[in-house]
Amino acid sequence: MSGADIYRELILDYYRNPRNFGRLQKFDIDSRDTNPLCGDEVEIQIRVGEKQEIEEIKFVGKGCAISQASASMLTELAKGKKLDWVREITKEDVFKMLGNPDLGPSRVKCALLGMKVLKTGVYGYLGAHYEDSDGSGGFD
Amino acid sequence: MLKTDVLDIEKVRSDFPILRRTVHGKRLVYLDNSNTTQKPRAVIDALVDYYSRHNSNVHRAVYALAEESTESYEGARRKVAGFVGAPAKDLVFVRGTTEATNLVRFAWGETHVKKGDLLVSTLMEHHSNIVPWQLLAKRKKATLKFVGLRPDGTLDMESLENLLKESPKLVAFTHCSNVLGTINDVAKICSKARAAGATTLVDGAQAVPHMPVDIRSFGPDFYAFSGHKMLGPMGIGGLLAKKELLEEMEPFHGGGEMIREVFLDHSTWNDVPYKFEAGTVNVADAIGLGAAIDYLSGIGMAKVREHEVKLLDYALQTLAELKGFQQYGPLDLKKRAGVISFNFADVHPHDLATILDEEGIAIRSGHHCAQPLMRWLNVTAASRASFHVYNSYDDVDALKAGLTKAGGIFRV
Repeated sequence: MSGADIYRELILDYYRNPRNFGRLQKFDIDSRDTNPLCGDEVEIQIRVGEKQEIEEIKFVGKGCAISQASASMLTELAKGKKLDWVREITKEDVFKMLGNPDLGPSRVKCALLGMKVLKTGVYGYLGAHYEDSDGSGGFD
Repeated sequence: MLKTDVLDIEKVRSDFPILRRTVHGKRLVYLDNSNTTQKPRAVIDALVDYYSRHNSNVHRAVYALAEESTESYEGARRKVAGFVGAPAKDLVFVRGTTEATNLVRFAWGETHVKKGDLLVSTLMEHHSNIVPWQLLAKRKKATLKFVGLRPDGTLDMESLENLLKESPKLVAFTHCSNVLGTINDVAKICSKARAAGATTLVDGAQAVPHMPVDIRSFGPDFYAFSGHKMLGPMGIGGLLAKKELLEEMEPFHGGGEMIREVFLDHSTWNDVPYKFEAGTVNVADAIGLGAAIDYLSGIGMAKVREHEVKLLDYALQTLAELKGFQQYGPLDLKKRAGVISFNFADVHPHDLATILDEEGIAIRSGHHCAQPLMRWLNVTAASRASFHVYNSYDDVDALKAGLTKAGGIFRV
């Protein structure tokens, strides 16, 4: 699989009908980042529950199908999970979530923008610092 | 292959070795010429010849190789300057347009711009003609303002005149927009700016490669361009300025070559333009740019322009047939270079570029180093197809077919 094959049903569906799209009235975490190469934008807001879980999560953004679908699917995956879960997720998890598309190096950044925003926001909330070592920011 | 009747396209294409390769099994359709152009065999040969037979440092040693190198390098300077109607002494070789604007920022800006001064740029500039002035304005506590645009993507002359009333120190603007393709009326803008007492800097990066340019006809104080966008090598470009202006400026980089005498407590400077060419210069690429100019002159810049206008005309008509196709930029072809920035339905430019790449088609997608202009257009990104001598109607048809395929995948 290569090139245009990455635009399968799953990704197009989330691009056209993004789940958890919008903003929260009340939130504890607000994290935003852009991909300067493409201009993709993703902002994620999270309300944290009593048990340090992701009680509510929404995102807004502009950009390519890969970046927006990835961010949307990630919010679905994250909802209800403990904040610590965010520390565990890896880029491989994101690729798997997207159905392991054959992304070239220039599109990997698009796929990982949502994870970068999520990790930056949650790590900050937990008093930690997220070092982007997943290659999603290497060209910035 | 369909021809524009202006050029012998098969002959031209055979001069560019890269056009023989395939991409993902398809013929390479290279439509990213505003970004960088491909190189004809003559340019590649010039580089190989230089490194194979003449390589040595210029202006220093007295042996045969050094004399050949120096003569070739200075010959390239005469050729490059002459190509845009300037004497050789007015040309400083730089890495490209970005280095040229930054040279002016430091070597001219440091002494000429003071606290409270006004600098003027425009909304259609490449970042290389915005960011240096932001940095200069910040350091000098000066103000930077921008000439607005009219809805058709041309400069708003009323906005310019209003800013000129505030007596700006500098008016920095592009000869031709890398996104909209707009060809600005450089003579009119330079003359108005001059009358207001401003120094002018014109970014010629998208003009010199695509149309006849004679800077004597508009007399800018500074004119900058890049070699790699005009069939030449990467890493070489030009900054043109009158000898008297270059002489009164401070040096940019300090080091070897740019000095006359060095003492422990002070130094004196070499003559211009050498005062601005510190360190070992880019001899091979200057010679390569000279070869590119020979190639372009062989075709004739009027023909290059005519060829691109025909392609532009055909592309604008052909692509407009696609539902959801929206292009940006003036429709008056006299004011428009061979550049089409566009969006196609709700297919993001990066997704589109990925799909087109599979068809062997190379276009640019993104913000084109012109984020303020993107905001003015109210888009986050755009796709861009841009032409040069080796493009044909077939390339436009291939682009249309690629867009149709993308439309199918995204069910536009």
